[in-house]
Amino acid sequence: MHFDYHTRYRQGFALLQRPGERISYGLLMALLLVMPAFLSPFFLGELSYVFILCVASLGLMFLTGYTGQVSLGHAAFLAIGAYAHAWFLARGLPWPISLPLAALLTATVGVLIGVPAIRVSGLYLAMVTLAFSIIIEHLIGQWSSVTGGFTGMAVEDPKILGWSVSGPAGFYYTCLFVLVTVLLGLLNVLRSATGRALIGVRDSEAAAYALGIHVQGYKIAAFGVSAGVCGLAGGLLAHHLKYLTPDGFTLLLSLELVLMVVIGGLGSLRGAILGAVLISLLPTAISRLKPLLPPGLANQFGLEIFVFGLVLAVFVLFEPGGLNARWLKLRALLQSFPLYRRDTFKRNKRYMKSERYR
Amino acid sequence: MQVLAQLTLNGIAVGAIYALVALGLVLIYKATEVLNFAHGDLLVVSAFSAWGLITVLGLPFWVAVLLVIVAVSALSYALDACVIRRIAGQPQFAGVMLTIALAFMLRGLVSMVAGPEARNYPTPFTGQHSSLAGVAIGHLQLVILGVTLAVTVGFFLFFRHTRLGVAMQAASQNQLAAYLNGIRVKRVNSLVWALAGACAAVAGVLLAPITLVDLTLWFVTLKALAALVLGGFGSVPGAIVGGLLIGLIEQYAGVYLPDGSKDVAAYLVLIAVLVIKPTGLLGEAHGRRV
Repeated sequence: MHFDYHTRYRQGFALLQRPGERISYGLLMALLLVMPAFLSPFFLGELSYVFILCVASLGLMFLTGYTGQVSLGHAAFLAIGAYAHAWFLARGLPWPISLPLAALLTATVGVLIGVPAIRVSGLYLAMVTLAFSIIIEHLIGQWSSVTGGFTGMAVEDPKILGWSVSGPAGFYYTCLFVLVTVLLGLLNVLRSATGRALIGVRDSEAAAYALGIHVQGYKIAAFGVSAGVCGLAGGLLAHHLKYLTPDGFTLLLSLELVLMVVIGGLGSLRGAILGAVLISLLPTAISRLKPLLPPGLANQFGLEIFVFGLVLAVFVLFEPGGLNARWLKLRALLQSFPLYRRDTFKRNKRYMKSERYR
Repeated sequence: MQVLAQLTLNGIAVGAIYALVALGLVLIYKATEVLNFAHGDLLVVSAFSAWGLITVLGLPFWVAVLLVIVAVSALSYALDACVIRRIAGQPQFAGVMLTIALAFMLRGLVSMVAGPEARNYPTPFTGQHSSLAGVAIGHLQLVILGVTLAVTVGFFLFFRHTRLGVAMQAASQNQLAAYLNGIRVKRVNSLVWALAGACAAVAGVLLAPITLVDLTLWFVTLKALAALVLGGFGSVPGAIVGGLLIGLIEQYAGVYLPDGSKDVAAYLVLIAVLVIKPTGLLGEAHGRRV
């Protein structure tokens, strides 16, 4: 089994902690890069969608998993990013400027929401963000001069260097590029002093404050970054959907994002990606499995949402650490194979701890 | 003036339902510190089962109501005893996620059993109106008001004057102390869930004839959250006051404010209250504990 053995201070922050990681991540990257040569356009589209959701899930993980601020309304930021990007494109801005601009706008909205929202925490914050996302959904429906209202608005399909952005392969590489950029960016933020400050705010606001960390400022900044990343994902989602309506950004999408983060395992970027992959592939998997089920069950409307709930309940009850914890356990089992002890990851019994007065 | 009176009446009737839902939420929150996002889906379950009993089986209205209340209380008791109890001691967020999961499962089950299309069922009061000074008063609205009042008074007497009610208060204030005094805390908490379930059943059976028997009934949870926050989170009288106020605000916003503001009025109020005065109207003022 591998133990961390550092001979220099800087080793603790290294992006790649283990010797084998360079090879395995390199192989994964190479595999993802050659995908378009083997997959049909349909599966490429599905994979691009998975990447987009991964980006959004990373954005939410930054806020919920690392800063401890629960948000049940991140679909609103996706919506703002998507509509802003589509609107900028329709005004004739080139694609490489429009997308960052949309992300920047979303980040600004995030900061504007964050300033009042961080006055409350925990459940209250969850409710504020929930209400915010419902208001944004209605606002998009009403503000038809910009958003097209409930009839929706079409997203233009620009070309960069002769490549259509929303062609299957081009879009796949675009999404992959954005995902890798966002992932590397967040990894680097999280291993810096800023990242440790955020984790400090999550674990104990009072202790962080006592250590001289500007708690309010970090919370607002985390809100902004998280919103910006989700805005980026929203911009890409606009190309995936090709036609934007308020129905695409309902409460259900917000809850799906939270599902990804929780099922993946709070407090790990790997978890955000694993959760996004699982949740985005679940509907496809269910529709593939439907022919195998008895017809009485398979044709029922509502099977999908039931399975979503079941998966979430199973994870909350039996594996609160999510997919990431499961992965760590599996890795420990493989590495220490004959010597693995059953109780390595045994959870201690915990007693009721009130959060009522936090 | 007549419009205003009519709006006020409608607002109080809808607000009474919000108050009932908020009451169920606050009971569960005070007892187990779980914010029950599945509460609206208990309403969905009770509305659909009332529809099944009345329209499909042809039972009389009151018998159906009684059966639904008993069944949904039992379901709610079972939810706590079998599922929710297992996450005691975990962070509050785990409770939110678990109840959202239960909400999804209940909604999925209901739409698998009954189908997703909206429907309606007759009540003895459907379509009956009285007129007072030009204001049409539906008998259904009167029944809603009466039932809400009865439930509120009933809860007040129950919590004040019965052994079980006092035990529930004790368990919600300090579980360990209550346990040491011989209260079976787990069972009492499950009974609180059953009470809240009964509340949800009453609200669901009364709300469905106004709107429709539909899967979107669960959205009333969100309105009830706004009511709770406005009244002061964790305060039982606050839940009632907040519910009535949210009902009134919605009705007024629908007429006197720009188009579309009726749907978002409750949420705007929620955000405004939390940002300006997080304790709400009747909430307990408490400091921060580290």
